[in-house]
Amino acid sequence: MPVTPRIAADEALDIQPASTPQERLRNFCIIAHIDHGKSTLADRMLQITGIVEERAMRAQYLDRMDIERERGITVKSQAVRMPWQVDGVDYALNMIDTPGHVDFTYEVSRSLAACEGAILLVDAAQGIEAQTLANLYLAMEHDLTIIPVLNKIDLPGAEPEKYAAEIGQLVGVDPEEVLRVSGKTGVGVPELLDHVVRTLPAPEGQVEAPCRAMIFDSVYDTYRGVVTYVRVVDGFLRSRDRIDMMSTGAHHELLEIGVSSPEPHPTQGIGPGEVGYLITGVKDVRQSKVGDTITTSVRGAEEPLAGYADPKPMVYSGLFPIDGSDYPILRDALDKLKLNDAALVYEPETSTALGFGFRVGFLGLLHLEIVRERLEREFDLDLISTAPSVVYDVVMEDGTEVEVLNPSDFPEGKVHSIAEPVARATILVPSEFIGAVMELCQSKRGNLGGMDYLSEDRVELRYTLPLAEIVFDFFDQLKSKTRGYASLDYDVSGSQTADLVKVDILLQGEPVDAFSAIVHRDKAYSYGVDMSGKLKNLIPRQQFEVPIQAAIGSRIIARENIRAMRKDVLSKCYGGDISRKRKLLEKQKEGKKRMKNIGSVEVPQEAFIAALSSDAAEPSKDEKKKK
Amino acid sequence: MTALSAYIHVPFCAVRCGYCDFNTYTNAELGGGGSQAEYADNAMAEMDLTLAADRAAGYEYVEISTVFFGGGTPTLLPADDLVRMLDHLRSLVPLAPGAEVTTEANPDSVTRASLSRLADGGITRVSIGMQSAVPSVLATLDRTHDPERVPQVVQWAKEAGLQVSLDLIYGTPGETLADVETSVRAALACEVDHLSAYSLIIEGNTAMARQLRRGELEAPDPDDMADKYELVDDLAAAAGLSWYEVSNWARTPEHRSRHNLAYWRGGDWWGIGPGAHRHRDGLRAWNVKHPSRYARMLATGELPVADSEQVAAEDRLVERIMLELRIADGLSVDVVPAERRDMLAIHRDRGHLDPEALTAGRAVLTREGRLLADAVIRDLVP
Repeated sequence: MPVTPRIAADEALDIQPASTPQERLRNFCIIAHIDHGKSTLADRMLQITGIVEERAMRAQYLDRMDIERERGITVKSQAVRMPWQVDGVDYALNMIDTPGHVDFTYEVSRSLAACEGAILLVDAAQGIEAQTLANLYLAMEHDLTIIPVLNKIDLPGAEPEKYAAEIGQLVGVDPEEVLRVSGKTGVGVPELLDHVVRTLPAPEGQVEAPCRAMIFDSVYDTYRGVVTYVRVVDGFLRSRDRIDMMSTGAHHELLEIGVSSPEPHPTQGIGPGEVGYLITGVKDVRQSKVGDTITTSVRGAEEPLAGYADPKPMVYSGLFPIDGSDYPILRDALDKLKLNDAALVYEPETSTALGFGFRVGFLGLLHLEIVRERLEREFDLDLISTAPSVVYDVVMEDGTEVEVLNPSDFPEGKVHSIAEPVARATILVPSEFIGAVMELCQSKRGNLGGMDYLSEDRVELRYTLPLAEIVFDFFDQLKSKTRGYASLDYDVSGSQTADLVKVDILLQGEPVDAFSAIVHRDKAYSYGVDMSGKLKNLIPRQQFEVPIQAAIGSRIIARENIRAMRKDVLSKCYGGDISRKRKLLEKQKEGKKRMKNIGSVEVPQEAFIAALSSDAAEPSKDEKKKK
Repeated sequence: MTALSAYIHVPFCAVRCGYCDFNTYTNAELGGGGSQAEYADNAMAEMDLTLAADRAAGYEYVEISTVFFGGGTPTLLPADDLVRMLDHLRSLVPLAPGAEVTTEANPDSVTRASLSRLADGGITRVSIGMQSAVPSVLATLDRTHDPERVPQVVQWAKEAGLQVSLDLIYGTPGETLADVETSVRAALACEVDHLSAYSLIIEGNTAMARQLRRGELEAPDPDDMADKYELVDDLAAAAGLSWYEVSNWARTPEHRSRHNLAYWRGGDWWGIGPGAHRHRDGLRAWNVKHPSRYARMLATGELPVADSEQVAAEDRLVERIMLELRIADGLSVDVVPAERRDMLAIHRDRGHLDPEALTAGRAVLTREGRLLADAVIRDLVP
């Protein structure tokens, strides 16, 4: 739909950066589920406000990374300044793009903190999903003004009445007040922008106070170093200022300051209530942390803004190159990714089964998947990852406390107690699946916290579940038990002690580190049986019988046997066969060199890889997209 | 000089069997001088060139101790052709007194008369491709002979004064343990002094491999193969035949195939015929495969060699371990590289090597070890 912009960007002289009065500013974000059309709507806004010409429009302009584009996930938020005129008055709108996934809750919360309002965008054919609901609650906690919007109203399967009632009830408005747009055709988008101007509060920062700006995103750029996105709360940041990071006290020169619309435009500065970017020449996002407060070195603020927290890895997994000689490449690749990912932590790990690799900490499963995929795609690495594990706090009988990031580092000796992280999970399902979901949550040691009907046939279930159960294979099972209809959100909150044990898998009495797991005592047996059964089928027969055992400490809880190989001989070896047979032998010996030795058992690495990757812990990509 | 053996490959068959990946042709009329009728003359021409090449390289052989006509089906040629080739060979290098001269034969490619002619012409031993005594197994293998004919042929061969060996194949898809027993008992009932038994190997480029891929045949099971091997070994032993190589049994040491032992002990041999391999002091060479191309090269006075390799010292050691470990005399432990010698005791403890022989300084496979010979070899080679 061709819409003429109401003002050209270069004509709006009264809303220039650093000189726009706060009452002419509106800062908002869009809360939406992955495929509910957030990026398409954002693109349409860029076009309708005239800052991106139609022919320059690249579909989903704001999502820059390939993986994001393919998965429809926005990992890194950015901010775009757009001019818009209502009743003859020019306004500058800042649209702050938020990450859409549970693993990035902290980043989401900082993006929300940079806004006064949020557009709640829901697909008119699908209704609200659990993660959107979680982010909506988060926005409400930040006292954001919510604008409920149904998208994709042009779709044949759209049920705007039904879902308007559903979100009206959630937000507390009449269904008629729910706006209806089509990001695809542009219908309703100008009206939505008008609504943003009319209903969202303007920022109310202190103009004369020392500068305080909150970092809500920090992105590493190969050419420019770290680009930091900030919301100025009080005072001004000017291009000549020296700045301080209040969490660390580090000083930085401002090399450039500006706004994105959507390409970067350097400015003389940015003022209270405004959103922009700055470049200081630092090379690592850890020096410019999301949530930190920036102030000027001269006449700086005394108190930082509230809400800063360091990202804390929740899930750990071992990453190993399938080809051991790729280890240095993996190390360099992680070093590079770290520049752009403040939440990524890792340290070297050596596994008897998998060789040299790294123990890597992630915010959650999606973060793990994204990092792994970037390593494989951008650095051409073939990787194997061990089953994801959470962080356990183990207290020994003698009172010493040990933090266990890796089951194979579980301490020897008498354990007094083990605490595991727990998560608050929100599950939205059609009501017909309530029974199935409850049964599943029960089997995963869940406690029902509450249940609400969002509409006649959709239910919100709130559970407390051990995080370890969620990262194991919960999501896959949830999807399969609800024919793909359930959506899940979780948020780590606290820990609990539980009757947990470490199960080792032994090959001929030797533990195979990659398969050790910390599980609830009630699940130990089935884990042992599953894993030993799986390995029995994957490990080739040896010259001798090989017992595969699952053990808790020295107690064997499950056992399988790989029977000894009985025949390994070529029956004919005459004059014409000798060269060929010798070459075959050499080939077999080469193959043997690539085997891993667990005691005297030779195991092809492929067997370990198959045992780990056939693990249900990794949802397939297709399923994830449907989420 | 070392003793010389000669292998003469006859690349013709009446029918190509479904499991066979040997260099053989069922069309007797091949162009370019490669036809069956011209074969003997071609082979003799190659013998002349081989002798000249050896002499030029400084190798002079005093006598030939063994000759082996293999195939294909050598007895598809007229007996006179085989005799003519043998005569030509001995005119170049004399046969040693008591030399072993074997030909392979199919039960339906020989007659009382042809066997008698072969014996008269100097053939001393015949190795008959019996494969099985069970009609359904023979049918799966595409073998056309009537199993009833085997004892008859053995009888004729014996009457002609020939030593007789029977060849069996076990592990054919669909074959039961009882079928194997039937076949072995039938072979032993012929009162032969030598038996070979091979597990069926389905090579990738054969008709049987295609049937397997299409799911028309069941893949061989290694445990079933092991059971069948043990059954063959038990029955042979009970009949007084003891193993002297993984797949060969003989009544006495005199009945062992001296020609094959020459391969396994690193002897020198000529390889005559399309696709044949030869060995001379670490030089391995092999001929072009197609009879027509073979004939054309010979016509220009060129040795029909496709390629060759000079086996490096370490590889010669690998070959020696690989071949000698397969025979009942075993391998001197001194041959095993020092850094591998600790594996000898490990394999003894696993039941793969005979403890008494090892104490006496030789690595000799037990029956369990014979079935795992390749695994043991891999652990002993450098």
